[in-house]
Amino acid sequence: MRQVAIYGKGGIGKSTTTQNLTAGLGEMGKKIMIVGCDPKADSTRLVLGGLAQKTVLDTLREEGDDIELETVLKVGYAGIKGVESGGPEPGVGCAGRGIITSIGLLEQLGAYEEDLDYVFYDVLGDVVCGGFAMPIREGKAREIYIVCSGEMMALYAANNISKGISKYANTGGVRLGGLICNSRKVDGEADLVSAVARELGTQMIHFIPRDNAVQKAEINKKTVIDFSPDEPQADEYRTLARKIDGNDMFVVPQPMAIDRLEAILMEHGILD
Amino acid sequence: MDKREKVLERYAARVYKNRKEHLVQIEEGEHPSIAANTRAIPGVMTARGCCYAGCKGVVVGPLKDVCVITHGPIGCGFYSWGTRRNKAKPAEEGGKNFVPYCFSTDMQEPDIVFGGEKKLELAVAEAVEIFAPSCIMICSTCPIGLIGDDVQAVARRAEAKYGIKAIGYSCEGYKGVSQSAGHHIANNGLMRYVIGTGDTAPKTKYSVNILGEYNIGGDGWEEERILKRCGVEVISIFTGDGSVEAIQNAHLAHLNLVMCHRSINYIAEMMKTKYGIDWLKVNFVGVGATCQSLREMAAYFGDEALKARVEAVVADELAAISGDIEYYRSKLTGKVAGIFSGGSRSHHYQALLRDFGVRTVVAGYEFAHRDDYEGRDIIPSIKEDADNKNIETIAVQPDETHYRERYSPEELCGLKEHIELDNYEGMMPDMSAGDVVVDDYNHFETDALLKSVKPDMFFSGIKDKYSIQKAGFTSRQIHSYDYSGPYAGFNGAVNFGRDVTMTLYTNAWGLVVPPWKSAPMLVGTIGGE
Repeated sequence: MRQVAIYGKGGIGKSTTTQNLTAGLGEMGKKIMIVGCDPKADSTRLVLGGLAQKTVLDTLREEGDDIELETVLKVGYAGIKGVESGGPEPGVGCAGRGIITSIGLLEQLGAYEEDLDYVFYDVLGDVVCGGFAMPIREGKAREIYIVCSGEMMALYAANNISKGISKYANTGGVRLGGLICNSRKVDGEADLVSAVARELGTQMIHFIPRDNAVQKAEINKKTVIDFSPDEPQADEYRTLARKIDGNDMFVVPQPMAIDRLEAILMEHGILD
Repeated sequence: MDKREKVLERYAARVYKNRKEHLVQIEEGEHPSIAANTRAIPGVMTARGCCYAGCKGVVVGPLKDVCVITHGPIGCGFYSWGTRRNKAKPAEEGGKNFVPYCFSTDMQEPDIVFGGEKKLELAVAEAVEIFAPSCIMICSTCPIGLIGDDVQAVARRAEAKYGIKAIGYSCEGYKGVSQSAGHHIANNGLMRYVIGTGDTAPKTKYSVNILGEYNIGGDGWEEERILKRCGVEVISIFTGDGSVEAIQNAHLAHLNLVMCHRSINYIAEMMKTKYGIDWLKVNFVGVGATCQSLREMAAYFGDEALKARVEAVVADELAAISGDIEYYRSKLTGKVAGIFSGGSRSHHYQALLRDFGVRTVVAGYEFAHRDDYEGRDIIPSIKEDADNKNIETIAVQPDETHYRERYSPEELCGLKEHIELDNYEGMMPDMSAGDVVVDDYNHFETDALLKSVKPDMFFSGIKDKYSIQKAGFTSRQIHSYDYSGPYAGFNGAVNFGRDVTMTLYTNAWGLVVPPWKSAPMLVGTIGGE
């Protein structure tokens, strides 16, 4: 079982990318579970065809500890299982503790079946506290992909997340598998993201072009591969899935000092 | 080598550097300075408690007409339930007394994740429904601060909804360096929301509040008994057997008597500024100390009739106890003692021990500040640090309707020459050359000092009582009185003499020789023989 965590700046397209990518893996016959680690609980909408299931934490709150796995775990496109950890409304309680509780509960309930090929954790924004680092603690995700674009703040976040990973990499076994560029049509984007990836000691594993096919599929609560399998964009996600399935480059990232990051941005003309 | 050096020499360099400022051996003719109210060193077995313990456990917990709700997981509420022996009884037949109860929100994992305000509101509703209190106080535990539940907002909503008084305290355990922070937070709450909200005026000319008296083992009751005999009206007690109903009128009293300076000096000072009420540092622990405190109080009021009445009461009380006191004195005189307490008793009990001819040679505090050791004169020289700046200090202004000064500044100066008015001179001036004073004492230092000083008796708390006892020393709890008391006032002194004599002459642990002292406990062979 490969456990994979997807991180990246808020709004960069982590959930969209994760679900389209897992659709590709699913099409290849892989058995997959997606664990949404975002209080907004929108990490499995596309594979399940809508916000289908109750979150783990809502169920825990309403029904106590006596929870059936079926209530929180639903099966969607290509047999992909989806579960949402959920969390409090903004401004109250502790979302980070929620993630920890939720993953602990999933383990107890036996959600991590032996025959799964992949578990994907879709984690919100930054690693703001210990709770959001839960998926990369000892015994959880071994590989991480950071979704980013050529925009400065997205790369800034990628560098920050790398700092978090290197902390855990030194004590646990987690490694960075690469950057996934979710294009925002920035000038020289692929070169820039590749350069940043090289500097971090990793790779840009794939460049996903911007395409309206993604929007159309999302409005229809589906992944691109499910909604419009013949679109070129569907092939992009299939390629990403193949690359990740065959990836063997796992590194402890070397996060940059801010000066160095800014120098790379200059070099690639983003500040023109 | 002196006693102090003997203890300190065992420390590693970094710990030594820190602790040497907290451990003082008094030298002839010196006014030593001591480091206090700073963070304990990790790994040192400090005896300190937390901010929540200071707020809930010490100051607001004893208020009998208040439902004090501990907002947090159940442990904090449970372990602060009835452990401090602050006694209370209903003000009248059938009156309310919530002191024997423990109210807690018993937060569970989902409450941490989703926030605990709703559960707190339910707890308030339940308390109101079952107990109909006129006041509710909410004390926050550590996780409340982490998840950000707004206990003050819940309190405001409760006031609007139920028409009662409700006060929220952000006294999360991790705040400050010890329970001292919690005292301050509780003082602020009482000053802001309770004192000055009542309008029942004193019935007599001479009325007092007793501040910093928590009625452990019934101490406050004994003090009240004596004051009543002297014709002095006790308006309120902070907070042993106290009530919001009484302390809301505290601002109308004529004088504040301060027992525990550390936990309540904030209110004493603020009431001086806001209402012009003077405060007198008293000590009702000890026969001589009680007489002196009563006389100083009478001197403050300056009424000859009151002075005469105090003298008559003193004479009568002394006559009643002198036989007992003499007997216990004959059993105890010439002994030496050590006292480790929170922030006042190590000073107070030296007076009582002196009555029995016992000299205190080691005294320590858990959470006192420098002024409790050295006297308030040094307050301007206390360096503020981030830890004490984190605890809010509130500024009060003279009250337009209730501010009144009994004496002019010149008259006060005259009075201060004779009595300890609006001031506290601290513990160290009452100690002698060679005595050891310890701030934020810990387990190792207790053991080490016992070994080097070999006192005849040691007074401490539940955390170290038994290790001291098993080391063969007479050991009594000075925080909770080992289920006994009262120890204050005239009758309390007799109880104390009896209890100490009893323990001293039943030194079971001193008579027992543990097996490892007379024979090897390990049996082994060398080299496979």
